[in-house]
Amino acid sequence: MKVLYFAWVRERVGKTDEEIDPPADVATVADLIGWLAERGEEYSHAFENPKVIRAAIDRVHVRPETKIGAAQEIAFFPPMTGG
Amino acid sequence: MTVRLQREPFDVAAEVAALTRGRTDIGAVVTFTGICRGSEDGAPIAALTLEHYPDMAEAEITRHVEEAQQRWALEGVTVVHRFGRIKPGEDIVLVVTTSSHRQDAFAAAEFLMDYLKTRAPFWKQVEQAGRASWVEAKTADDQAANRWSVRADKQAAE
Repeated sequence: MKVLYFAWVRERVGKTDEEIDPPADVATVADLIGWLAERGEEYSHAFENPKVIRAAIDRVHVRPETKIGAAQEIAFFPPMTGG
Repeated sequence: MTVRLQREPFDVAAEVAALTRGRTDIGAVVTFTGICRGSEDGAPIAALTLEHYPDMAEAEITRHVEEAQQRWALEGVTVVHRFGRIKPGEDIVLVVTTSSHRQDAFAAAEFLMDYLKTRAPFWKQVEQAGRASWVEAKTADDQAANRWSVRADKQAAE
């Protein structure tokens, strides 16, 4: 699946997007955040406080407990500050 | 309905004219324009840079315009949100709602702005004193969005 990062999550991870292939036991958005955080220093820095990370699956807002299922595109970002 | 994300400035009068030209059933036009301020907490701002998630931003704003159209009797809605670098005094966002009576146009415009602040995937970076920092989300904005009640709670639970 494709993962996208925005704002300071993008800056900390050091990339805008990437293809990932998490193991089968990564079932929810929260699981995926935990798995990503183990991928290296830049990821552990980006995801050090999972409570402030927002996520969208296939361009729709989701919650940490949402199942990833057959998601094609998952985005991680801080709380939004548009308008 | 028109939803547009663009780097360029917008023309408020032209957007209003596009919704009202040749119409005699519209009794009210409400426009809201969000503008880049020149200072925050007394400290001067050099510029804002807005980052966005293009496909989702358009889809998310469209969903909220559709919800506004269900909740209020609207004749037309235009939302234009800029991205990229914006200097103090320049426009950032425009919401135009038209209706036969003012109440619906006012309420829908306020609803759309509250949602744009908290749910549209845009992030502001502010340049102050030669350094850039990400703007933090405001609790007051979350509270403003939450007062639109029932449907909002349902969405948050999704």
